[in-house]
Amino acid sequence: MKRREFLKATAGVAAGLIAKPALAQSATEITFFFPVAVGGPITKIIDGYAADFEKANAGVKVKPVYAGTYQETLIKVLTGHKSGNPPTSSVLLSTDMFTLIDEDAIAPIDDFVKSDDDKAWLKSFFPAFMLNSRTGGKTWGAPFQRSTVVMYWNKELFKEAGLDPEKPPATWAEQVAFAQKLTKPDGSGGASQWGMQVPSSGFPYWLFQGFTTQAGGILMNEAGDRTFYDKPEVIEALSYWVDLSRKYKVHPPGIVEWGTTPKDFFERKTAMMWTTTGNLTNVRNSAKFPFGVGMLPAGKRRGSPTGGGNFYISKKAPKAQQEAAFKFARFLTTPERAAQWCVDTGYVAVRPDSFDTEALKKYVADFPPAAVARDQLQYAVAELSTHENQRVTKALNDGLQAALTGTKAPAQAMKDSQAEAERILSRYR
Amino acid sequence: MTRTRAAIHGWLLLLPAMALLALFTHWPALATFIDSFYSTPRPIRPAHFVGLANYATLADDPIFWQALTNNLWFALGTIPVSIALALLMALWVNDRIAGRTLIRMAYFTPTVLPMIAIANIWLFFYTPQYGLLAQVLGAFGIASHNWLGSQDTALICVMIVAIWKEAGFFMIFYLAALQQIPPSLAEASALEGASRFYYFRRIQFPLLMPTTLFVLINAVINAFRTVDHIIVMTHGGPDNATSLLLFRIYELGFNFWDTSLASALTVVLLVGLALVAFAQWAFLEPRIHYR
Repeated sequence: MKRREFLKATAGVAAGLIAKPALAQSATEITFFFPVAVGGPITKIIDGYAADFEKANAGVKVKPVYAGTYQETLIKVLTGHKSGNPPTSSVLLSTDMFTLIDEDAIAPIDDFVKSDDDKAWLKSFFPAFMLNSRTGGKTWGAPFQRSTVVMYWNKELFKEAGLDPEKPPATWAEQVAFAQKLTKPDGSGGASQWGMQVPSSGFPYWLFQGFTTQAGGILMNEAGDRTFYDKPEVIEALSYWVDLSRKYKVHPPGIVEWGTTPKDFFERKTAMMWTTTGNLTNVRNSAKFPFGVGMLPAGKRRGSPTGGGNFYISKKAPKAQQEAAFKFARFLTTPERAAQWCVDTGYVAVRPDSFDTEALKKYVADFPPAAVARDQLQYAVAELSTHENQRVTKALNDGLQAALTGTKAPAQAMKDSQAEAERILSRYR
Repeated sequence: MTRTRAAIHGWLLLLPAMALLALFTHWPALATFIDSFYSTPRPIRPAHFVGLANYATLADDPIFWQALTNNLWFALGTIPVSIALALLMALWVNDRIAGRTLIRMAYFTPTVLPMIAIANIWLFFYTPQYGLLAQVLGAFGIASHNWLGSQDTALICVMIVAIWKEAGFFMIFYLAALQQIPPSLAEASALEGASRFYYFRRIQFPLLMPTTLFVLINAVINAFRTVDHIIVMTHGGPDNATSLLLFRIYELGFNFWDTSLASALTVVLLVGLALVAFAQWAFLEPRIHYR
């Protein structure tokens, strides 16, 4: 008797637990997963945007969820997708587009673009940022927190070396010549101050794409099913990077850590560095000397990849939620909000008309380096992105690191990388 | 009736722990084993039975072999050194020396710190030019070296971090075991005129063997379970020089989303560890003196 009562009670509790999520919801609630990849009070800013959006759109509730790094956010979104309960919207790397399409996890943005106003919005972004947002004639993500690679230089050290502190190197040859003047060898193969450094830990392919674009090469096709790692231009680009440390000895040997590169710059251990525009605010706050921000030097041409995250809408979310998420995406990328986002974080405002807003005009007048990333966008190319992106990218990363540490010659390293990428991609054609 | 009731009671008491174990340990292990014989499900092509194909892919994967070799070196380098260090430290702080609580605490601190914090501290130690190591060596006129950025030194560097963290943890077990040894044994051997080393070799060390076995099994498991500091410090680079098996599983599973291949590698790792643990018991157990 007692036992039966106990079982009954247990069953009652269990039934209650199952029934709970089925309760009717009056308002449309959307979830928004976002990563934090740069310094600053990002979560607070996003929470503010969500609250403003709710005020302007009665009946819609936005639940922003800080989900860790880009990688962790992707894991959470895809795990949710596979279990049938994904977040309505998320910010993920623009390069994860093919992965998300292959997993059938995202809905094309075009599905929600109906009015002329929507169409104008879709056309309002910098074309360079749309390169990683489109494939097969469809737009899959809206540019949101986007960046690019730029060069930072220490004006004090330039002056010390007898160089014009206002003039960064404009070509590959100048880059080497300047770096040679800026390097202070320590007599035993090292240097107490390097001329320049380009980080190569973690994701060396991204910075390498600066070199390849400048050499006139491209790394992949638009369909994302073919790579060109072993083309002569790509090998030339890698040889140049390797030569900086091996031949000219103006760049630290081996793998240069991404995370400590800004610190090396603050400590005057390197006179020039290549890194993301996302570090702009960090450098501005931490550098105890006047510094400049410039476009990457040109080889055959100027060039830099774009980077950063896009806004995606989940395919499995209910229609009403998807529509609300689309509204939220539009809300986040109005000229004014994109401008404010740029000022607060250092990301590049994603649309040209943002730079005509009062907020950004004032910011650029006060801090001209903020406009360099925008000016460089005309030379920017799509970031390396293919099907099975992480695997294909790793093939290149491994080859780059092998060449930079001297275990393989550049040509051999790129041949091996291409063979591995070919093996992975052949089944997608 | 009372016996059935007692049995039901017993099972009910066991139920919470069993449910948790089954749900979070046994079922995932079994599911992983089953998954390793199927292809990775894709929207266009659901999972289908592929037999041993995933294992064949692994055997063909040079990075798998490199991770395995790295991991064996990692185990070979970290296990004996951290156990020896732990024993040495335990013997030292077991004696009545001034400030021993402070020293014990200092030795144990690395164990308390989270691995991510440790990795970040050591990242600074290893930084070329102005890192701690570079500054100390620089004072002796030795040129700065890119410790983590070179294939020759990166693996050794991450091994040192693991030893630093592990040794303090194992020391605690040795310390506890040392305090269990009756002081009368030390007095007796002192009366017999045994040297300190002789006392250690013939009395302390044999009595510590059960602890050594326990520590050894833990050390082996830990050597194959380390992944946090690799992610922070090197991401398996340069060119996979510091890629360990568990890191490779993470990479296959959560970077490449090739869950089947990751499952196959997990099974390989599990079977390998089970064999090692079994061998340790079978080989060492009979040789150990239990009181």
